[in-house]
Amino acid sequence: MDRPTNQKAWFLVLPVLLLVAFSAVIPLMTVVNYSVQDTFGNNEFFWAGTAWFEEILHSQRFHEALARNLIFSAIILAIQIPLGIVVALSMPRKGIGVSICLVLMALPLLIPWNVVGTIWQVFGRVDIGLLGHTLEAIGIDYNYVRDPLDAWFTIILMDVWHWTSLVALLCYAGLVSIPEAYYQAARIDGASRWAVFRYIQLPKMNRVLLIAVLLRFMDSFMIYTEPFVVTGGGPGNSTTFLSIDLVKMAVGQFDLGPAAAMSIVYFLVVLLFSWIFYTVMTNFERGGQ
Amino acid sequence: MARIDLRNLAHAYGPNPREPRAYALKPLNHTWEDGGAYALLGPSGCGKTTLLNIISGLITPSQGQVLFDGVDVTAMPTEARNIAQVFQFPVIYDTMTVYDNLAFPLRNRRVPAPAVDARVREIAAMLEMTDVLRKRARGLTADAKQKISLGRGLVRSDVAAILFDEPLTVIDPLLKWQLRSQLKQLHKKSGYTMVYVTHDQTEALTFADKVVVMFDGEVVQMGTPAELFERPAHTFVGYFIGSPGMNVLAAEVDGTVATVDGREIRLPRAYGKSTPDRKVELGIRPEFVRVARGQGLPVTIRKVEDVGSYKIARLALGQREIAAVAPEGTEFPADDVGAVFDPAHLNVYVDGHLVDGTPVRGA
Repeated sequence: MDRPTNQKAWFLVLPVLLLVAFSAVIPLMTVVNYSVQDTFGNNEFFWAGTAWFEEILHSQRFHEALARNLIFSAIILAIQIPLGIVVALSMPRKGIGVSICLVLMALPLLIPWNVVGTIWQVFGRVDIGLLGHTLEAIGIDYNYVRDPLDAWFTIILMDVWHWTSLVALLCYAGLVSIPEAYYQAARIDGASRWAVFRYIQLPKMNRVLLIAVLLRFMDSFMIYTEPFVVTGGGPGNSTTFLSIDLVKMAVGQFDLGPAAAMSIVYFLVVLLFSWIFYTVMTNFERGGQ
Repeated sequence: MARIDLRNLAHAYGPNPREPRAYALKPLNHTWEDGGAYALLGPSGCGKTTLLNIISGLITPSQGQVLFDGVDVTAMPTEARNIAQVFQFPVIYDTMTVYDNLAFPLRNRRVPAPAVDARVREIAAMLEMTDVLRKRARGLTADAKQKISLGRGLVRSDVAAILFDEPLTVIDPLLKWQLRSQLKQLHKKSGYTMVYVTHDQTEALTFADKVVVMFDGEVVQMGTPAELFERPAHTFVGYFIGSPGMNVLAAEVDGTVATVDGREIRLPRAYGKSTPDRKVELGIRPEFVRVARGQGLPVTIRKVEDVGSYKIARLALGQREIAAVAPEGTEFPADDVGAVFDPAHLNVYVDGHLVDGTPVRGA
């Protein structure tokens, strides 16, 4: 290509590069620094090589937290994406209902995460919580403090309540961008409701769905505040996700080296999965042409 | 294939229309003959698309009936009407191949696979799209996409009519000509009734056997391109069709004499005496205005536009402007300029509508 090149453009990008450097690159590099050294305080460092990485990758504690986190994200995506689509499809397209719907849907997104955790922590309590007490009253043995399954149930329900509206709003944005002519053409072509969804609505939502899947995967994979507030990672270790485990290791046990190594592995796992989702979904869109 | 009758049809978007202005489409009776190629011509907002959507069933009219071959279909949903419609912007199913796009309406109607295949191939051949059948529809150009939308209509052998809603809007000017002539051929080959909505007179006149001109929710004239040109039934048709449009001059008429700006013009037919409460106008096409020295109405030449194959003279008659078309190479007189109207093509309008005078012997 013989397009004229203008190297001056780099200067325009410079402020952003600086900002990103200070907010992301430099902190990340400190983590890298910790991950390959050992420290006993006093600012004394000893070279440790890949020892911490080997320790983390062979640690059963890490494997279990990773497995828990993957299962959690899988469940979250499996519930929130279809549910979000269904909600978006049933939202009104015009009239006063639109604004009411949008405001109601945005509300959970506006609540601070630790408040969400607190709400559900109280909501699920057997003695005073509306959910916990009701379940007990109708004879269901529910106690998220004691039973791992109940703890998972509570956390998943909380996350669905908290985040499904994000998926729904994104899908809704995709849906309203479809010109009326598509629906008219589909009626003329005698398409069924399912065919309209499959061949018009779903392809048009593909882009926003990709964003929704990525956001929801990353967020659920890095979830910390809400389960920390509700269960504190328990009972036992049953809801100890990677982030909770990482904080325990770094600021609880003060194992900076292994924690730093774990951070990097954690980061790479998120990156890897996001890349996989992106590739798979954009390929699906192009349909392997 | 079918004949379509519209009986006393009208539509208003708001509920309980009281005054005529509330109607997007004023009451009309109309017949589209089986196999005809019609154009629905009019400016934006005149109700063309409303009328089209009523025929296809996307809109239920406020009053009146739509009949296909004598059967009342007013209450029938779109999918039961056997109508095909091509929209302004190409509607294609992105994720499907061209083949699947064309097969879609048939598969939805549970046509057996071998029949679908035969029909799709036949239509693809007709549209000259056989070599892209296996391609994804989304990667194609706008004109190819529009051909697919058209193809989805053609593919159904039971189609009563194909409706086009300004289908060439997003197509390159060069391709427009090609597609339009292809469309014309398709009409001859397929024999479907076709109704083509447009605001472009060239498109309407080249496509259609009969042009229906709409203005402000009303059908003001239906006729062949020649009829529309020679005897516009409404002043609107006069200046909407033709380039430049018809000259319309306020006048007083009494018998065979029209008075414009105090000057008398002989009319070929006799009319009643005009009264001040009705707007009387004289219409003459620029093609029938001749610029001559010392004859006709005294005018001054404001400017002359040379459009290549002919010249347009903009003449000033008092405060009014008259356009005259003259062949290339015409030299216009410098002074004592006059405009001569060809009496055979003078039309008289009362409140916008054409009035037929009584022929005068010896005129």
